[in-house]
Amino acid sequence: MSNVPVNNGRRRFLTAATAVVGGVGVVGAAVPFIASWNPSARAKAAGAPVEVNVGKIQPGQLIRAEWRGKPVYVVRRTEKTVSALAKHDDQLRDPNSEKAQQPDYATNAHRSIKPEFMVALGVCTHLGCAPTHHGDDFDQFVDGVPSGFFCPCHGSKFDMAGRVFQGVPAPLNLVVPEHSFINDDTLLIGVSSDTSKGDA
Amino acid sequence: MLMKLFTDFMGWIDKRLPVTDAWNKHLAQYPAPKNFNFWYFFGSLAMLVLVNQILTGIWLTMNYEPSGDGAFASIEYIMRDVDYGWLLRYMHSTGASAFFVVVYLHMMRGLMYGSYQKPRELLWIFGMLIYLVLMAEAFMGYLLPWGNMSFWGAQVIISLFGAIPIIGEDLTIWIKGDYVISGATLNRFFALHVIALPLVLVILVFLHILALHEVGSNNPEGVETKKPKGSVKPEELSKFKFHESYTKKYDIVDSIPFHPYYSVKDIMGVAGFLILFCWVMFFFPEGGGYFIEAPNFTPANALQTPEHIAPVWYFGPFYTILRVVPDKLGGMLLMFAAIGMLFALPWFDRGTVKSVRFRSKWHLANLIQFSVCFIVLGALGTMPASPTANLIGVITTCGYFGFFISLWFYSKNENTKPVPERVSH
Repeated sequence: MSNVPVNNGRRRFLTAATAVVGGVGVVGAAVPFIASWNPSARAKAAGAPVEVNVGKIQPGQLIRAEWRGKPVYVVRRTEKTVSALAKHDDQLRDPNSEKAQQPDYATNAHRSIKPEFMVALGVCTHLGCAPTHHGDDFDQFVDGVPSGFFCPCHGSKFDMAGRVFQGVPAPLNLVVPEHSFINDDTLLIGVSSDTSKGDA
Repeated sequence: MLMKLFTDFMGWIDKRLPVTDAWNKHLAQYPAPKNFNFWYFFGSLAMLVLVNQILTGIWLTMNYEPSGDGAFASIEYIMRDVDYGWLLRYMHSTGASAFFVVVYLHMMRGLMYGSYQKPRELLWIFGMLIYLVLMAEAFMGYLLPWGNMSFWGAQVIISLFGAIPIIGEDLTIWIKGDYVISGATLNRFFALHVIALPLVLVILVFLHILALHEVGSNNPEGVETKKPKGSVKPEELSKFKFHESYTKKYDIVDSIPFHPYYSVKDIMGVAGFLILFCWVMFFFPEGGGYFIEAPNFTPANALQTPEHIAPVWYFGPFYTILRVVPDKLGGMLLMFAAIGMLFALPWFDRGTVKSVRFRSKWHLANLIQFSVCFIVLGALGTMPASPTANLIGVITTCGYFGFFISLWFYSKNENTKPVPERVSH
């Protein structure tokens, strides 16, 4: 160091001020780099709602629709299946759908608008695999429950309302997306009947 | 005449950049303990594989197309239409697995001979950082062929971040750049895989070697070969000429210059390695479905999960630890903790004796059970989930963590054998 007399207080102030202003600059400069990782306008536009014709689904049949690149399972449940839902409540993690995995209008015993139609994302809540539908041989996984979904990745199990069974890795029920019926045969995925609440 | 031209040229350079000095300090006059065994091959082999990955990687980018529409087809194009494209790709894909083979063996060497202990903690940390970046690099690279296992493997791993409370879901969308894994995800993984992470990796390797050369190599006996200055009789000093940056601080015993002694030895290692490497690359490039998994021969399909999603073999141990926990967040935390334990190893081990040769029977047994658990965890990670597999997974996970925890307890007052003053063999 030189032996020129210095004002240390002023020097410290200048050093700190430079560091703070520079730090703010770095944070500001980081914004575009971080924000550019968000979904682009094009990706957001691709998230528009999709229509599904449900009139031709046979009782017990499952069809897959694609919404925002994710599989949506639509099942026409038989009355027997719907009435059997309550029988295994004691084996489920969240039988009353208390966790917010569905819109308010689907927070009911059958987790849907119409008891007949189950609508849920075919995305396991553990690590995002697609659970497979077992229409009549699900009792190999859970005794006494004839139909349900089994995730081939890590063995998570869900019933015909997408409710998760206990003792599996998946923590939550399957997600029920916003949906509504345009008419009896047409399901719209991504928009609720109260359109102001839709998130598309 | 030619020789004089060369010396003059090097003289001109050395006045401007200390090339000869660096050569001497790090190679020709670098003191390395004389008793290295075959376990000391794997550091230089890891460098060889790194060079292989960078070189073949650069060549692959010349024909690869990083887009959701073009990626899968461009891999087929490389395999079928580009001259020697198949070879470059198999060198790269086999190299990825070979990288982890040599790195795991390199780490095992460190465990056996206590190379992570004081004063080599920072060296170990740099090594662990390399391992961490390598895993990220391998994970991102595996998405690029845009096969169905690429897609679903990435889906599973990115979903892990969704388990983080509050920000989790938004974080996964931010990582993917879309609501699903899409071309946007592929493109950013490509950028990270070919530019960002390799740069970080090369810098870390540089620091790893610099830190190594500051403290000096450990050896199978775990005996220091750099003694305090003035503590060794002149006739017992190593007969070789070492760089003054080492000799002015230490008396150096039982050491030989890295070049030519270990450079020649490492060429032996390279020869053996290349025989195995080429055997796999030419005859089993898919590694029996463990290096390139079968579902990856079909393009990525967001609506069709492969029957059985398994990570590539080198992620197996951590994947098993992830899924033995019946809770999403808990599983993720335990998996990261498993890697964290390795980082903290220098502080779990409170012993002063380095090599397993002079440590207690307990330590030997602990090392063996750890290695067995690690291999079993790895095997389980590639198998489908079942109650039996889960039970074995829980037991071996306990063995994995038990290694570190029991080490902390017994290493404080361990019943060790006397450590010799000097390297004996």
